[in-house]
Amino acid sequence: MAELLFFIVGPLAVIAAVGTVALRNPFFAVLSLVVHLLALAMLFMLLQAQFVAVVQVLVYVGAVMVLYLFVTAYVGGDADPRGGSGPSLRWLSYAIGASLVVLLAITFIGSGLQAIDTRGAPYDPELGSPGQIGELLLSRYLVVFEGSALLLLVATVGAVVLARRRRGVLPGEDRTISALDLFAPTGTGSMREGVGAINPVPGAIRARITPQTGAASPPSAEFDDGDDDGTEDRR
Amino acid sequence: MSIGWFLAVSALIFIIGAAGLLTRRHPLMILLCLELMLNAGNLAIVAFARMHGAAEGHVFALVVMVVAAAEVAIGLGIVVALYRNRVAVDADELRELHG
Amino acid sequence: MSPTFTAWTVLALPLAGTILLALGGRGWRGVGAGIVGTATIALAFVFSVLTLIGLLDRDAEGGRQIASSLWTYASSGGVEVRMEILVDPLSVIMLLVVTGVSTLIHLYSLAYMRGDEGYPRFFAYLNFFVFSMLLLVLAGNFFLLIAGWAFVGAASYMLISYWYRRTTATAAGIKAFVINVVGDVGLVLGAILLLRHTGTVDFLETFAAAEDTFAGSGSGSEGSLTVALLLLMIGAFAKSAQLPLHTWLADAMEGPTPVSSLIHAATMVTAGVYLIARLNPLMELAPTAQVVGAVIGLLTLLVAGTIGLTQTDLKRVIAYSTMSQIGYMIMAVSAGAYVAGMFHLTTHAFFKAMLFMAAGSLIAAMAGEQSLDRMRGFRKAMPFTYGAFVIGGLALAGVPPFSGFFSKDEILAAMAGEGGWMWILVIGGYLGAFLTAIYTWRMIFRAFWGPPCPEAQELEDGRLYHAPDHRNPATGELEDTHVGFPGPEHHIAERALPMRIAMGGLAVLASVGGLLGIPKVLTPMEDFLLDPVFAERGLHHPSDTIIVVGMVVGTLIAVAGIYVAYVIWGRPAQEGRESTAISSGWQERFPRLHRLFVNKWWFDELIHATIVAPARWLGRFFHDTFDRLVVGAGLVGGTTGTVRGASALVRRMQSGYLRGYSAVLLAGLAAVLVYFLAQS
Repeated sequence: MAELLFFIVGPLAVIAAVGTVALRNPFFAVLSLVVHLLALAMLFMLLQAQFVAVVQVLVYVGAVMVLYLFVTAYVGGDADPRGGSGPSLRWLSYAIGASLVVLLAITFIGSGLQAIDTRGAPYDPELGSPGQIGELLLSRYLVVFEGSALLLLVATVGAVVLARRRRGVLPGEDRTISALDLFAPTGTGSMREGVGAINPVPGAIRARITPQTGAASPPSAEFDDGDDDGTEDRR
Repeated sequence: MSIGWFLAVSALIFIIGAAGLLTRRHPLMILLCLELMLNAGNLAIVAFARMHGAAEGHVFALVVMVVAAAEVAIGLGIVVALYRNRVAVDADELRELHG
Repeated sequence: MSPTFTAWTVLALPLAGTILLALGGRGWRGVGAGIVGTATIALAFVFSVLTLIGLLDRDAEGGRQIASSLWTYASSGGVEVRMEILVDPLSVIMLLVVTGVSTLIHLYSLAYMRGDEGYPRFFAYLNFFVFSMLLLVLAGNFFLLIAGWAFVGAASYMLISYWYRRTTATAAGIKAFVINVVGDVGLVLGAILLLRHTGTVDFLETFAAAEDTFAGSGSGSEGSLTVALLLLMIGAFAKSAQLPLHTWLADAMEGPTPVSSLIHAATMVTAGVYLIARLNPLMELAPTAQVVGAVIGLLTLLVAGTIGLTQTDLKRVIAYSTMSQIGYMIMAVSAGAYVAGMFHLTTHAFFKAMLFMAAGSLIAAMAGEQSLDRMRGFRKAMPFTYGAFVIGGLALAGVPPFSGFFSKDEILAAMAGEGGWMWILVIGGYLGAFLTAIYTWRMIFRAFWGPPCPEAQELEDGRLYHAPDHRNPATGELEDTHVGFPGPEHHIAERALPMRIAMGGLAVLASVGGLLGIPKVLTPMEDFLLDPVFAERGLHHPSDTIIVVGMVVGTLIAVAGIYVAYVIWGRPAQEGRESTAISSGWQERFPRLHRLFVNKWWFDELIHATIVAPARWLGRFFHDTFDRLVVGAGLVGGTTGTVRGASALVRRMQSGYLRGYSAVLLAGLAAVLVYFLAQS
């Protein structure tokens, strides 16, 4: 049974991988990758790595691929760009691929990997269970766990920074700091002033907004600055 | 089912990913091929974990997934930034670090 | 005062004079520099006489060779080099000759060089030269000998190029210096070879060890001694202008006449003779070297004699006669007639210096013109100069009772007494004497007899001739009279007392100098020199028959030579005709011989073709081809090109091309995998 499943899912994974690489349309390539990942999850199941398989589907397919789809939709790019390109690496890539295939063949046909032909470990129902993995994560591999958390944090911050729109200072907008700023009332230029909580502009019509829910809920006022890029000007 | 089959599949996927990496020009496609290669590695790790009966391999596979996610986030952020700043989204055009 | 103290003083005085004159520089006015220069050398002569007296006071055996050292210069590897002088009869005689003749020449220059803008510089150089020559002569070891040798070469260069704005003079100075350097190389190599075997640079120690080292059980052999001596003799030949290193002496006449008189007649060119005489214990042990020296001396005296027959420049005739006479001296001391050689050195210094002085006076009367073709009939206008020329000419030709007769005959008699192969030398010597008489009196008859030339006519009328413009006598180029060129004034002996005193003194010495060595009757020089310098070495005394026959033959040959010159040049001049050399067509009858002599046996051309031209070609080759291609393009360019090429190759990897980088990455990965697969 396992063999049958393997010989269905395995080739499926390979074909989907080929599809990822070969398809011109980026959408189809991403979808092909999704299929590949699902096939891989099946293979994980066959290897008694059920937790990893589920995480693969949830995280990898569910989050990362969705992100890919979003960006593909945003960036577009129907096909590979035409026009002049750098030196063609087609033949080099074929050569590398061929050499790797040859390596593979040698490792199998040769007797270099006898180790993997022997019997593996006996069946252990606990293997791959969330409990076991959780125990490992929080005992022996705690540093790894925390480190990967930190990595995620860094990646998040980095992603935000990268995608942030930066316009720069337009001419006429230069802020010069003068000594008179010392005499400006406190809170000038802050968010509170921006929302009208302090330093009221003489003659402005104040619409005081009270918190709707919870204590000290931040005011969700939108200050329309005229363009629709989704960011606000602070005045 | 001997592990060799799984390893063969893993190697094949790795090669396919490498070939795609060298051939495609759209950064997005390059990242996709990178994903392929990472997943191939994951498969190999899990296969060996089964062989040894150790769950450490699973832990490592999870960490690889974390890393892959982080890397995808950053990579896509770069692609978006490129697209936003009207720079050509073509790996061959991005050569300002040439020596 | 001990003889060594006076000897050190003799050495110090000219040095002090040089420094004083040099430091004064332009500050010396008028004849001040001349007086200071002459005074130092005169004082040095006085101290030389004192040294002689001090030495005579000592006993003959062993007491008359004193080495005195001031301090040890270096002591390493078992070799001790001291600052030491050797005072013995040989060096004292040289001391007297050098300081005595130098005093008179300084006196002569006092008047002769007046008006020249570099007057103080001239005397500073002259004093430096005298100091160097004394250092050479007094040296007690090879070290100081080589130092003095080099200094003398430098002084000669400085004095030949004294009129430094004349290109002919500077070229001549360089030529003299380069040929002297060739000799220096031989000298140093010879000294090193001797040092290697004897282990000492000291003269007395070397002589004491010579027998054992080279003939007995020591490390050397007769062959190595011969080689060492031949190398040293190369130095002697270069300094004394013997074949084939003689080409510089004729060109050295570019220097002022006092320089020619002092350096190139009396002192510097005799340094080679002195060297061989000094090394006589070693020469006795190497007969091959003796033969070589004698043969070279013979060849030189014959070749120089033939060249002198055809030269038209007055000073060059005298220069070639110097070369010829030094050939006699070299022949003598090489063959073993040491005392005779030194005697001839002394007498030759007297009459040759005087001849040069007289030539200077004559050239001044011609306002700088040196060509014999233009001079005629000065007998009535310049009686004193004419008298000096006559006395010098008689002494040079070897007419008794003048000094040259006794010295030359002593040489030839000593060699005839030895017999054997030396008869060749004797016959050659007499032939040379014949030629000497002819060319000497050719010069005198052509310049002084016959109707006066325009310059002589003016002088008879009481005016010294002044040329309308100043020209280089050799090339005719226009010059001025500022520093670096001769001054505007010309001084002749008849009008300058210092010149007359100097020439008169030398004339007296040339006449009575024979008293130093009349064989069998009066031989003070020989008695003085024999022990301990030469001892029993050298040729034995010839028999009385040979001495008398030699004297008679010598006189006859001298008189015959003068008569031949009279017939060819004297009588026709008196009668106002062309000389029979031209009218009877001697030049047409022997055209090839004449051309050979006039071109100085083509030695200059030979040296130019074999040495100068290849050296120049080599230099040009290395500059144009080797340096440009091999070093510039090959080594330097190759290195930079390789680096540049390699870096260009590597630079192509930094393309900024993302896919290229990933390709390299994967290729590396594949390579690593292949490696590990191959390992397992």
